[in-house]
Amino acid sequence: MTSEALTASTITISGYGGDEIEAYLAVPDDGASARGSVVVIHHMPGYDTSTKEIVRKFAANGYAALMPNLYYREAPGASPDDAAATVRATGGVPDDRLVGDVAGAAGKLRSLPGSNGKVGVIGYCSGGRQSFLAACSLELDAAVDCYGAFIVKPVPEGLPLKAKPIVSMAKDLSCPLLGLFGAEDKMPAPDETAELSAALDELGKPHEFHTYEGAGHSFFSVDRVAYRPEAANDGWQQIWDFYGRYLSR
Amino acid sequence: MCTYTTEKIDITGSGKGAAGWFALSDATVYFDHPVHAMAEHTLNIDFRNPGKGPAARVAVELTAESARALVAAIEAALAAVPTLVG
Repeated sequence: MTSEALTASTITISGYGGDEIEAYLAVPDDGASARGSVVVIHHMPGYDTSTKEIVRKFAANGYAALMPNLYYREAPGASPDDAAATVRATGGVPDDRLVGDVAGAAGKLRSLPGSNGKVGVIGYCSGGRQSFLAACSLELDAAVDCYGAFIVKPVPEGLPLKAKPIVSMAKDLSCPLLGLFGAEDKMPAPDETAELSAALDELGKPHEFHTYEGAGHSFFSVDRVAYRPEAANDGWQQIWDFYGRYLSR
Repeated sequence: MCTYTTEKIDITGSGKGAAGWFALSDATVYFDHPVHAMAEHTLNIDFRNPGKGPAARVAVELTAESARALVAAIEAALAAVPTLVG
């Protein structure tokens, strides 16, 4: 029997440009000497309680997990919804800053006692695209994209979002990619994720995509109407299997 | 879907937030997942004053039907006093 004990707390990490930013860390109290780690990239609604629950879920399953507050610079100390509204109005998180923040989080995880040096990344909503971006920009061991849009298709004209398609970066993907999508999602729609899959096939980049019928965007969000337990439960199983293969010793 | 749509306008007026009244400088309007309303998507409006920090915000999340009714009500209210708002 394992104790399932864990320690979770808010810490400060060094992110893009050496900026000190807030982050939420959860680590199993299991005394393991070789555990994998996961950088969690929060969804567009921000560094919120439901995503902190996800961080703790990783720790409960044996991984050290760390989520940088990507909106900390614009809104230090603000409530997650106010911070998200601020960043939404200014066009989102710049790609280079995201990569720097994930690099800082990954470095922090590798430095923790018990780390086996392997770090995965997972992101939801806007974080899905950012997970792919990070895995194409940094040396990581496994990446999970949960319904990230604008990897292949451009942001519709007139929107302030600064994100640009990044499928051309696929050649630099440093690790296997797990994609979890909803068949009823429009951003990304199934044709977009199929296009990404084809691009990865062409490059010989290992990936596994699952598209769930009856699910749309944000189906992992347990506190929202979009929650689809069947898709989310299977999605979590895919995540445990995937990280089990690529983040274990 | 997460629509990512955002319309942004400059506005003049005041709003009452968690810390009381404050001057408004802009509003963002978008149809996307709500934080609190129990609907897949809602028409969301943030009345803001970024100069006073992220918490200087009055937020509403309305169903599409409610948002259309609100637009009609605003138009009706303004139409009733054309000489005052011209």
